[in-house]
Amino acid sequence: MGNVPTTVKHCLSYKQIIEDYPWLKSWLEEEKENVPTRVKIQLIDMLSTTGLSVIEATSFVSSKWVPQMADHTDVLRGIQRAPHVRYPVLTPNMQGFQDAVSAGATEVAVFGSASETFSRKNINCSIAESMLRFEEVISAAKDRQIPVRGYVSCALGCPHEGNIDPSKVAEVAKGLYEMGCYEISLGDTIGVGTPGSMFKMLQKVMKDVPIKSLAVHCHDTYGQALPNILTALQMGVSVVDSAVAGLGGCPYAQGSSGNVSTEDVLYMLHGMGIETGVNLDRVIEAGDFICNALDRRTNSKVAQARGRTL
Amino acid sequence: MGNVPTTVKHCLSYKQIIEDYPWLKSWLEEEKIITEHEYPDFVKIVEVGPRDGLQNEKENVPTRVKIQLIDMLSTTGLSVIEATSFVSSKWVPQMADHTDVLRGIQRAPHVRYPVLTPNMQGFQDAVSAGATEVAVFGSASETFSRKNINCSIAESMLRFEEVISAAKDRQIPVRGYVSCALGCPHEGNIDPSKVAEVAKGLYEMGCYEISLGDTIGVGTPGSMFKMLQKVMKDVPIKSLAVHCHDTYGQALPNILTALQMGVSVVDSAVAGLGGCPYAQGSSGNVSTEDVLYMLHGMGIETGVNLDRVIEAGDFICNALDRRTNSKVAQARGRTL
Repeated sequence: MGNVPTTVKHCLSYKQIIEDYPWLKSWLEEEKENVPTRVKIQLIDMLSTTGLSVIEATSFVSSKWVPQMADHTDVLRGIQRAPHVRYPVLTPNMQGFQDAVSAGATEVAVFGSASETFSRKNINCSIAESMLRFEEVISAAKDRQIPVRGYVSCALGCPHEGNIDPSKVAEVAKGLYEMGCYEISLGDTIGVGTPGSMFKMLQKVMKDVPIKSLAVHCHDTYGQALPNILTALQMGVSVVDSAVAGLGGCPYAQGSSGNVSTEDVLYMLHGMGIETGVNLDRVIEAGDFICNALDRRTNSKVAQARGRTL
Repeated sequence: MGNVPTTVKHCLSYKQIIEDYPWLKSWLEEEKIITEHEYPDFVKIVEVGPRDGLQNEKENVPTRVKIQLIDMLSTTGLSVIEATSFVSSKWVPQMADHTDVLRGIQRAPHVRYPVLTPNMQGFQDAVSAGATEVAVFGSASETFSRKNINCSIAESMLRFEEVISAAKDRQIPVRGYVSCALGCPHEGNIDPSKVAEVAKGLYEMGCYEISLGDTIGVGTPGSMFKMLQKVMKDVPIKSLAVHCHDTYGQALPNILTALQMGVSVVDSAVAGLGGCPYAQGSSGNVSTEDVLYMLHGMGIETGVNLDRVIEAGDFICNALDRRTNSKVAQARGRTL
């Protein structure tokens, strides 16, 4: 089962594609539910009532590459925008940006990489070439007073290159910041980071980008997301990316978890007396909803424990 | 970057403040230097999988499987492996084979194999079976003590005193545990002074090390910090260990907090064995593999070989026909 007929899987050029773009494999071959548009809209609407102030809604990337986001326009137009919530969308290039603006986007995001190999394999161009594309988008966004968030992937390690030099992360982060991104989210794309590498990386990046403009986007593939987030907080970072129910696996370690769960992050922050403005119970409800819709178990330990306390 | 926006620096009243209080300038305007926390160079891992882990697993594990698990763990570099529990099989049937396990394992030369001994009967059985280290389990919660071991904290301390005294006579070291250190399933929040009181009691009776347990995994770096701050006043930090449960995913940040405060002994269980009896289906013990990954990534030595622990984890999970709770083991097993 899956989206790929067995005959095609045996075909040599298909195998080559999978070898070159391993991240495609899980999308193409797994029993992957394509989430109906109305379910996505309902999820976002539920999240809009939790106190969250930023909800990344969709991605205006070509549906040829990311079929799950093909309904981007319908999603963005379909959600009920809460007054104090922002709904950024990914826009990898000018085409995506224009489509996003037509669909009513009021904030966008661009995705850079600290790894040359990852950049080439993921978006088919070098880091330098990608920065030129982003500059176009950022410039167009500025003209329309649309804020742009910048992401730097592979900030703590790359599935192809292994360790990543913190100076490279700093260079890309600085580039995006100076081009006009208001915030730079540093992503541990394959979750290999630890408090040790998080510290070294942030120490470097902080020299070039103000700490208040930095965010961390930690993956929990090796269970390190929360200690890494704690380390970042201790260094002055105050913006954390997370996903309800820990949605989204890791394409580089099939079956493993990816995003850290919003619920688990909230539990930690609230336990430390840190305000977030977010209602944990409502996030758990939204998580329950989407997990039922996807017929899968939540990745959030807090949601699991709350759901099963005797 | 500095901490003061350029626009503010140009402001007249700001200039006046700096003129009147020149010592403020360096604090406000200079590059904030972030120094890394000091961490221990070496952390001792106390492996509790074969006891705490298997005791809380649904499946009853055959004796030979337990022995093989311990023997595999004995080759990983771990220096302490909690082997079994000499508690009445009426209460804990999973540990009924305690004598066979302790006699059956191949003891590695540099490894210690503590066993739980809740009372004199258990202690005597343990000694007959060849135990060379024992452990006693106190609680910071009165209600938990009564429900779990059928007596008050004070009464339990009298029992432990007996055991510790008998152990001293035989030069058998005793480790003390304090459960519910960060919260109780019945009482909710636990006052850190109570934890300190019980920890101090056990330490002064003669326990060489006190393991502070977040029994239901509700702790966070906030409560861990407050609790340790209190306990450290009464028990030397080098004699403290943390036993964190991962029921709410907080184990690793809690352990990190403890390390930052000077703790250098961490309890964990291979494959994160052992669920939480108070949140059915939820995880309990933190995985040894995930702890090792974090420590090694921070440059902290443990002497333990992660790959070998993963192998031992694979073995026991196959035997139990269950998935590992360790994220590291999951990721390593499935990397494309």
